[in-house]
Amino acid sequence: MLIFEISAKGRRNHLQSPRHAPEASDIPAHLLRKNAPLFPEVSELQVVRHYTQLSRKNFSIDTQFYPLGSCTMKYNPRGVHQLASLEGFLQHHPLTPASHSQGYLQSAYELQQILSHITGLSAVSLTPMAGAQGEFAGVAMIRAYHLARGDTARTEFLVPDAAHGTNPATAVMCGFRIKEIPTDKHGDVDLDALRAAVGPHTAGIMLTNPSTLGVFERRISDIAQIIHEVGGLLYYDGANLNAILGKCRPGDMGFDVMHINLHKTFATPHGGGGPGSGPVAANERLKPFLPTPIVGYDGKHYKWLTEKECPQSIGRLSAFMGNAGIILRANIYARFLGREGLCRVSEYATLNANYLMARLQQAGFTLAFPDRRASHEFIITFKKEAKTLGVTAKDIAKRLLDYGVHAPTTYFPLLVPECFLIEPTETESKEELDNFVNILIMVLKEAQDSPELIKQAPHNLPVRRLDDLKAAKELDLTWRDSQ
Amino acid sequence: MPFIPHTEDDVKAMLNTIGVNRIDDLFDEIPGHLRIRDLNALDSGLNEMTMSRDMKERAERDGGLACFLGAGAYEHHIPAAVWQIASRGEFLTAYTPYQAEASQGTLQLLYEYQTMMAHLMGLEVSNASLYDGASALAEAVLMAVRANTAAKEPRILIAGNLHPHYRQTIEALVRPQGIHLETLPYNDKTGCLEPQLPKIENGDMVAVVIAQPNFFGGIEEVDNITDWAHQHQALVIAVVNPIAMALLKEPGAWGQRGADIVCGEGQPLGVPLASGGPYFGFLCTKMDYVRQMPGRLIGRTIDQDGKTGFSLTLQAREQHIRRAKATSNICTNQGLAVTAATIYMSLLGASGLADVAKASHANSKVLCTALTALPGIRLRFNSPYFHEFVIECPCPADSLIQALLKKNILAGLDLSVLSPELNHCLLICVTETKTSDDIHTYANAVQHALQHILTAVED
Repeated sequence: MLIFEISAKGRRNHLQSPRHAPEASDIPAHLLRKNAPLFPEVSELQVVRHYTQLSRKNFSIDTQFYPLGSCTMKYNPRGVHQLASLEGFLQHHPLTPASHSQGYLQSAYELQQILSHITGLSAVSLTPMAGAQGEFAGVAMIRAYHLARGDTARTEFLVPDAAHGTNPATAVMCGFRIKEIPTDKHGDVDLDALRAAVGPHTAGIMLTNPSTLGVFERRISDIAQIIHEVGGLLYYDGANLNAILGKCRPGDMGFDVMHINLHKTFATPHGGGGPGSGPVAANERLKPFLPTPIVGYDGKHYKWLTEKECPQSIGRLSAFMGNAGIILRANIYARFLGREGLCRVSEYATLNANYLMARLQQAGFTLAFPDRRASHEFIITFKKEAKTLGVTAKDIAKRLLDYGVHAPTTYFPLLVPECFLIEPTETESKEELDNFVNILIMVLKEAQDSPELIKQAPHNLPVRRLDDLKAAKELDLTWRDSQ
Repeated sequence: MPFIPHTEDDVKAMLNTIGVNRIDDLFDEIPGHLRIRDLNALDSGLNEMTMSRDMKERAERDGGLACFLGAGAYEHHIPAAVWQIASRGEFLTAYTPYQAEASQGTLQLLYEYQTMMAHLMGLEVSNASLYDGASALAEAVLMAVRANTAAKEPRILIAGNLHPHYRQTIEALVRPQGIHLETLPYNDKTGCLEPQLPKIENGDMVAVVIAQPNFFGGIEEVDNITDWAHQHQALVIAVVNPIAMALLKEPGAWGQRGADIVCGEGQPLGVPLASGGPYFGFLCTKMDYVRQMPGRLIGRTIDQDGKTGFSLTLQAREQHIRRAKATSNICTNQGLAVTAATIYMSLLGASGLADVAKASHANSKVLCTALTALPGIRLRFNSPYFHEFVIECPCPADSLIQALLKKNILAGLDLSVLSPELNHCLLICVTETKTSDDIHTYANAVQHALQHILTAVED
């Protein structure tokens, strides 16, 4: 039932809006709205019940194990959420003079310092509003750097074939052509192909390390040398930073600029698709090009640095200063954990991933890279099962939902056929991991005994498999009164 | 250990299963020269009690001002139910709804959001959100370049009275793609766009960007500009305040054919000011252009039993499928803020939203009348306005802002940020949250401050 379908003409919540609002008689009639928009007319209880019931149709971290690879679905601490939602923070207008914004500015400045230390890069701008905007910032900074040197020949960006889709999409948004670099059979970048691809047109490369294949790129220093030698720069996609916190730093690997997904590594909630936050960190070479505003500190007061103080900046990426509330949450999370806790994050995320990988291998599942150590995530493939049983990774994913666990990421990275990318995160217990192994074993047994059951899954959810073809062909994107 | 459930026995058993002795062995593929041993430059962790004290103290330092500042972010009353429901773990801690069967709650909510937003704007389709108003406008510009195949060159004509931060954002986000941004001038007396529109040839411009209300709060003659743009084969991109659209003519009804793309800042719809985010950008369009839209779209369909359900649709536009050929690189959007906005719009209904708009408008008229009755203050622009207006003071606007801050009033925006010639101008916003007492307190504070400032100057 849609909210529009429980609506009744004339029902109103008089508590929610001002009373006796006078008509706007001074505005010329031809500029006024004639017909009211079609909104539902419902009581407060109806609204609360409707959306509470809808919420119960979602899987979430709070309710289910959610081992979605590359997404770092770790526990989102309640204390963080509550403290970032204090009235003083919520009612604070973004353009309030700095004299009355010191609480927020201090928090943002501290986070800049923390991120700078963790990444081994010298300066941070918090303004990008999600990972993809952080990527845009970083690649635009590389572009600005080359142009500032009068180097206009650098029109190509290198992207490994295992990269997130956002990487090539971002480089195109920044005006570059893409050259895809293949991966070797161990999951590392193919260095011969890389050497053959670089040249005077190379603006830079976008890399994730550990890569989306769940393994650490061991020859990263060689890659950095190859790129730097031809005058290109290195962009680090921070999607997998959770795997290396306190163990190694992108700045030391030779990266010039990177983004950090606060909604992954720093445990801010995903909110059903956002908000995220994708701060960008840069070394001395790229620091002048960071997007504005940035928070500065003179030893006494915190203040905004804008295009006046940062004339070479690539500019502004949002109306104000990015997803401030997410920045506050990341500050609180990082200071809850402190130096010891932040190191523990990568240790236990890696422990959980390697344990789960070992258990699944022992149970007969096929690992994509059996000779490699897992980072904080790893890949299993159902290529064999697809061939012998006709059961796909998608079928198995849907059946997992029936057992009350969220499916891992499926069919990503695109390089590995019929794959699951599994990321348990550090906040899951051994019992939860063991339970997941048992469920997967059970589902594989079902796939052997009664493949139709799996192919028709899910069976226990609010809906069964949806007709995506119909959705795309007969587009129904808004409800209309006539329906 | 904070947020980590492992006991010592767990760790031992797990290492044993893996076949290593210590957790540190799991990092043996990282080359030795890259390894670091600690993060000791950072502080030790704090517990929840200590952190609470610290953050409360910070929040208190930032709070407590009576807000008369708008300029793109607006204080409105947010009903209690909005965030109580939006903060439920099932909304708060879910991921992007890729597994549709396990995400029907979020998906149906987004379909309802798309419906309400499209109806509010008078257009056929809305996406499921972009980051914020300014970046949504940049996406709208890129979308127009893809959609308008009649244009000879990628040139965009932008209202000169658009929010300056929006202009800066578009420049940063679309400049690398070789798009030219030109300015449509505004009239110095009205603050609105010049009624005499420039001479352009057919196909000269991809699109014209119009802000309603404009940055000064003024209400534009949108019908004329829309028809003029369409006559020259340019698309119309409307940047609007969603609350104002409950009162002002919706973009789908502008001129003969209506605006083609509508975008803006969704924050006024139930999202707190919160230092600038997270907010959400909205983007609506006509069905003809749906395949050029950036961001996620939710469609209604049926499952294999014929039961109604919802799923992400037209994903072939998006980066995770189309990679380098996607309509945008956007992935994560602002789902939770949209959740709040959907609940907000449902609670208020169309008439409640219209009341918020009318009360905000009426309150701003009251303050404007009181202020312009004071000696030395005049209304800077003489056009009708929504809930923001500009006064010209006999002193730099900043000295007035500083004087009112001492009385815990956030007076408005010093327009010298826009242009040095406007340094005596103050942009003021009044919404439905202000009582007549609040408004009188503000006017009295200005009167006292002016007396003080002007006496000081005479001395």
